[in-house]
Amino acid sequence: MGLFGVGLMVLIGGGFLSLGLSKTPKTAAAVACFTAVGGSLLVLVGGLAVLCSGSPVEVRFAWHVPFGSCSFGLDPLSCVFVLPIAAVVAVAAVYGREYLEHSCRPSMIGVSWFFFNLLAATMLLVVAARNGLLFLVCWEAMSLASFFLVMSDYEREEVRRAGWIYLAATHLGTSLLLVLFLLLGRKSGSLDFDQFSSEPALAGTLFVLALVGFGTKAGFIPVHVWLPEAHPAAPSHVSAVMSGVMIKTGIYGLLRTLTFLGQPPAWWGWTLVGIGAASGILGILFALSQRDLKRLLAYSSVENIGIIALGLGTGLLGITHRVPAMAALGLLGALVHVLNHALFKGLLFLGAGAVQHGAATRELDRLGGLLKRMPVTGATFLVGACAVCGLPPLNGFLSELLIYLGVLAGVAEQRAAVSWAMLCVLVIGTLALVGGFAAVCFTKAFGAVFLGEPRSDASRHAHEVGPAMRYSLVTLAAACVLVALSAPLWPLVFRSAALTIVPATFRAETAAAAGRATVPLAAAAAAFLAFLAASGVLAAVRKRLLAGRRIDRGPTWDCGYAAPTARMQYTASSYTGPLVVLFRMFVRPRVDLRPPEGLFPIRGRYASQVPDLFREYFFGPVFAGIAWVASRLRWLQQGRIQLYVLYIALTVLVLLVWKLG
Amino acid sequence: MVAPSGLISLALALALAPMMPSIINRTKALFAGRHGQPWLQPYRELWKLLHKGAVYSHTTTPVFFTGPIVGCAAMLVGLLFVPLAGTHPLISFPGDFLLVAYLLGLARFFTVSAALDTGSSFEGMGASREVFFSALAEPALLLALATLAALSGQLSLADIFARIDAGVLASGAGPALLLAAAAMMVVFLAENARIPVDDPNTHLELTMIHEVMVLDHSGPDLAAIQYAACLKMWILGSLLVSVLLPVRSGWLLADLGAGILGLGLLAVATGVVESVMARLRLVRVPQFLIAASILSIVALVLVVR
Repeated sequence: MGLFGVGLMVLIGGGFLSLGLSKTPKTAAAVACFTAVGGSLLVLVGGLAVLCSGSPVEVRFAWHVPFGSCSFGLDPLSCVFVLPIAAVVAVAAVYGREYLEHSCRPSMIGVSWFFFNLLAATMLLVVAARNGLLFLVCWEAMSLASFFLVMSDYEREEVRRAGWIYLAATHLGTSLLLVLFLLLGRKSGSLDFDQFSSEPALAGTLFVLALVGFGTKAGFIPVHVWLPEAHPAAPSHVSAVMSGVMIKTGIYGLLRTLTFLGQPPAWWGWTLVGIGAASGILGILFALSQRDLKRLLAYSSVENIGIIALGLGTGLLGITHRVPAMAALGLLGALVHVLNHALFKGLLFLGAGAVQHGAATRELDRLGGLLKRMPVTGATFLVGACAVCGLPPLNGFLSELLIYLGVLAGVAEQRAAVSWAMLCVLVIGTLALVGGFAAVCFTKAFGAVFLGEPRSDASRHAHEVGPAMRYSLVTLAAACVLVALSAPLWPLVFRSAALTIVPATFRAETAAAAGRATVPLAAAAAAFLAFLAASGVLAAVRKRLLAGRRIDRGPTWDCGYAAPTARMQYTASSYTGPLVVLFRMFVRPRVDLRPPEGLFPIRGRYASQVPDLFREYFFGPVFAGIAWVASRLRWLQQGRIQLYVLYIALTVLVLLVWKLG
Repeated sequence: MVAPSGLISLALALALAPMMPSIINRTKALFAGRHGQPWLQPYRELWKLLHKGAVYSHTTTPVFFTGPIVGCAAMLVGLLFVPLAGTHPLISFPGDFLLVAYLLGLARFFTVSAALDTGSSFEGMGASREVFFSALAEPALLLALATLAALSGQLSLADIFARIDAGVLASGAGPALLLAAAAMMVVFLAENARIPVDDPNTHLELTMIHEVMVLDHSGPDLAAIQYAACLKMWILGSLLVSVLLPVRSGWLLADLGAGILGLGLLAVATGVVESVMARLRLVRVPQFLIAASILSIVALVLVVR
């Protein structure tokens, strides 16, 4: 806890220093970057120590907080989230220093870094807070810090719109959390987490409040609408932090709430599995129909949050039905995916930032051929793309394997009910389908950006990014490989965190089952090594075979067409076209087609875009309705001071009558 | 678990995999009234390609030649876990079938990337169709394997197929096994680029799926692709044959012989399908693959009831 506290102080202090040094942007950036990296590393070490020892630590300050005490603590569950937060923040800070130098006005650099360090510190405080009020204050500070970061580019209209959507969504979510904490603390009159208790009659309501409130931050469908707007609008290192780790604080909140609520009934697990399936399939469908690289990545975060929800739901159902293997593997799968997604999504967002920096656009249909011009960015993006598809030999495979095994273990142990077949179909079918669609989505992203010929002048003249950005990309890619190769470690490291959610009476069996999860993971890690060795051998054989033979270079075969141009390539949109058409019920592309007409057609036009289904058909109409009702009340507010004085007098009169009468 | 006897089936797979396309081609020749190519033609082609130089496009990057390497390595590692008709594979662990399925996915990812690397619109089109169709085939395969796992109560391929024997048939799981096998047959045809999903003999780049993706490969790279395709057919075929031949004698050689005979019959059956059926229109293929998923789901519900 000591190291954790010092790390936090360094982060916050660095933030304020860089704000003070705004006049000298270079110094401000250097100070902030250095403190962010140093602070995160201190926090990382502190978190790892708690995670490995498995014993929680807590600090209570003598300061007075209404309804409880000012207490912070770190237990294994918090540390599972501290780990990715600290890791991604440190890498993003190194990247951000170089990135902001080119993409941010010098006068704003100090401010930007202030909010970045504040965001990092408040995320860590959120997972460490042990009092409801404290939690909400940190939560709010985190939301506001990220709001200001999203608004960095506030001169562009779409950025302002994205910022407002984010602000509205996060506050609607927070309002539910306020109710949640008040209900939890009602009995003891204290908002301290260790005083929280739930009455059995209320547990269901509390679960739903947590699910919607925290789910808004996490990005569950249908409350994900802010995510594909806000994440692309932010600077790329901030997108990496937001998409990689900030949305995970929603998952943390949900898990923390579950520890207060006791034995979960079956419908909680089913709800999470259902939400997971919907978020997974719809998230990846929306992702693969996008044309903006960062928007595509943001929707893919919705999909990955869906996978986490599938794991959690499986785990909860395992607890309800007392199947230890299912509980352990489901929860472990979800927690390991929290770490994995932080690493590969951080990597991919940083890669997208590098592409934007090097080629000046994020539009897939204007990119191409960047692998030759930006080899490091391209290679690391390929690693991230394979990892996000859950492919061996990378980390994404591990968490999906755990969730699959959890469901199968449940079905193998306890069958003879149609509902178990349903569960199997939902979880396995979703994971398989999402895996296939993710492959479509990320071969499209990687192929359109890095392979083939450049589709525009900007991408023809793209250049590789500087050393700091390259090192950050390589670090995260290496982390993805390392996590995969150290696979059997993770169930042991994350076991105590998963057990905090399991009721005490069921803990011993679940712990044993979690220990057995090392067997398949060790075998998987061995298979990864075998694969890498086999690839190496084959590459050496190929080199040997081709040595001294004739190797010709020529144009790509295009049916003998003599003058191929880059515009004849298959585009990103046409690549996913057939899938979008098959699922047009959900994706609903909006097409503006003006075909060429007449005997000598001069111009035709084709444009298509894919608006968000839920924003378009649910939240849009609902908020339009609210705006309409509000506009009906305009007559109350006319700007005449006499009238307002009258309102005040009337209110006071009514209150007096009410109090006295 | 490591079983040394698995080395025998591994060696058989590596040696005999190219025979499968050979048998298919001979069957098709028989139906067409031709004499057909020599039995060992696939081996000769591999030999010839391995001794050639190579041609690369100006557009391509190292991704282009990494594709065949990764594809071949993925199949080689996958083979370590795949049992043939109840015999033990070299290595088995709980969940190994998921690893095999995802290794096929890895190979596909790199084949598709190598195709997109050429910048050719034909290869882009083929890649688009390949990822589209295999995304729909993935749930069918995994749900069919989950059905087998639920039926046997086991999580590794070796244990699953050791339990699927005459006893299981007697306990009334026949219909579920048949449905799962039907789904796996569809996946087998689709993943190996066979009629009715893809036509390996088509002569128009525009209508190809798998073949068009490898148009630009040559020399040893193409050899790796062709050999990997044979191994993929062997892997998926072994899974299918292990379901369709639920008879276990307990003698290694007898079981292996039965398995190889089964694979030969599967190749003949594929040749027959290719001879008597036309290819589906591209817009019908998704329905065909979704139907396979539905078969798997019905099988699963029958088992976990």
